[in-house]
Amino acid sequence: MTSAHTEPAAAHRPGVSGWSSRAIVTVIVAVLVLFFAIPMIWLLFATTKSARRLIVSNPFAPGSAGDLSTNWSQLFDFQDGAVTTWMANSALYAIGALAITLLASIPAGYALALTEFPFRRLLLVLTLVVMLIPNTALVLPIFLELNVVGLIGSPLSVILPMSFFPFGVYLTYIYFSTSIPRDLLAAARIDGCREFQVFTKVALPLAAPIVALVAFFSFVQNWNNFFLPFVMLPSSDGYPVQVGLTSLLASTPAFNPSSAGAQSVQLPTLALATVVSVLPVLIVFLVSQRFLVAGMTAGGTKD
Amino acid sequence: MTMVGNTVRPAAVAEEREAGRPPVPRSNAMSYGLISVYVVLALAFGIVPAVYALYLAFTDAEGGFAGLANFAKVTGDFRFWPAVTHVALYLIIWLVALVVLVTLLAVVVHAILARWLSRTLRFVFYLPGALAGASSVLLWLFVLDPTASPVGGLLRLLGFESFVQVIVPGNLPVIFAVIAFWAGAGSWIVIMYGALNNISAEVIDAARVDGANPVQIAWRIQLPMLRKWISYMCIMSLAAGTQLFIEPQLLSQASNAIVPNDYSLNQLAYQYAFQQNDFNGAAAISLLLLVIALALSAVFVTRGGLFERD
Repeated sequence: MTSAHTEPAAAHRPGVSGWSSRAIVTVIVAVLVLFFAIPMIWLLFATTKSARRLIVSNPFAPGSAGDLSTNWSQLFDFQDGAVTTWMANSALYAIGALAITLLASIPAGYALALTEFPFRRLLLVLTLVVMLIPNTALVLPIFLELNVVGLIGSPLSVILPMSFFPFGVYLTYIYFSTSIPRDLLAAARIDGCREFQVFTKVALPLAAPIVALVAFFSFVQNWNNFFLPFVMLPSSDGYPVQVGLTSLLASTPAFNPSSAGAQSVQLPTLALATVVSVLPVLIVFLVSQRFLVAGMTAGGTKD
Repeated sequence: MTMVGNTVRPAAVAEEREAGRPPVPRSNAMSYGLISVYVVLALAFGIVPAVYALYLAFTDAEGGFAGLANFAKVTGDFRFWPAVTHVALYLIIWLVALVVLVTLLAVVVHAILARWLSRTLRFVFYLPGALAGASSVLLWLFVLDPTASPVGGLLRLLGFESFVQVIVPGNLPVIFAVIAFWAGAGSWIVIMYGALNNISAEVIDAARVDGANPVQIAWRIQLPMLRKWISYMCIMSLAAGTQLFIEPQLLSQASNAIVPNDYSLNQLAYQYAFQQNDFNGAAAISLLLLVIALALSAVFVTRGGLFERD
């Protein structure tokens, strides 16, 4: 979608008038912009400094490429390359769960929106209710449940619970019930499509936007999930990077003086770890901002 | 907290469509096939754990019926009420900041005529959302440590000379609210901005012709129309906020336990389960949290007109 779609003509906007109110609002907004931007910008600069320069130099002066590469090697040498393992784990968990989420929620959303079957309404209400339950609330019982079947510590113990993503089903349901004309499906049936073909040949090809939207939300949530892997995965080999960060933090003398030793992590290295840990999500965010805003407003302009 | 706000209004549309739709041929077998994977996941990781938590909360370690004993035990725990106070304070500060500042920023950004500026601002607000969870907490550990902080001067101006002084218990609800706001507000600003775009330009123009100034337009027209979205934001934030865990957990680790590891209710539940091996107590806490979150949500649903039609 084009940006013209999301932004109405400027001439129709109310302009802020009045000198003093404008000044006050400008100051408030400027302060908030600094609040949002400073930590991000500082973080990027911090990764290019040595531990000493981080403290003595201007926070917003760039460091050197040499220091960046020192920090980089310290980070990836930590515990014989643990960070690489954690990133790979995060990717496995996030993408594995994302795949199952799509497999489960796209057909389910379609069935709820465009077919008729007993318990359809019940299932819809249930989806809405479960959506409101914070996902950490169920982590402890899920732990006990997976403990019974002996899955604790296995990648499946985080992939499977994360694949249950009622919000994705709800989004798909909304999309199919508002964006696909029923006449189109009826026409396909008259042309001799069987029910299953109506789904695969007509609905699925039109579902690209919703697949992207569900994939975005699912991936970001999976990647950032902390509590579930924290509880399910006892061994460092299985940590996703978000949980791995706690190991790095525990080895940083600046925050944990008892940790000084061969494996200790300097502050700039920890800063670099923070950047590396969010890099995939950051890329997804950068790529998807435009389509997300478009998708978000499209729902409202349809009626 | 990710962006989850785009669906309230379309829900109403979907229901309206349902009223006058053409008959759909019933093919139960196929429908069941399509929803089967989802239903299995929902049973395994939604319904069964929820029922199991209920069962645990009302039984003792041997599986016998315990009545309200588990609830009496956890609410009688000396750590329980401090944890409740911590979470409540944090939630109040965070929700007030969200409602006031997100609405203000959305209205202001929407009123900015220069398109590039409006787009840049939305981007700056939105980007920190990528640093959710442990990453954002870690970043804020740096920001709050006067020796390394980019705003060390400001911290010293406020009388904080060291990290330990910054994270004294009295400051924590504010600190957690600031972290949550920093990472979470942007996506809501973008959502509210989208909602403001849906207010028809004629309504605004008419108000202006009648002599309304921008403040009046915001207060009398835009704000009432945002009411649903604001309630929705509050519900989702409440649900997430009652579960406070990573922030105090990491801070506890980073401060050598100056911040206790049972600061929040969710941490207390974790302590019950994995330090004391008392899953019944842990389930009781989870259940209490859930009931409180749902009850508070109900207030926003009824007061915020979330399920009313336009």
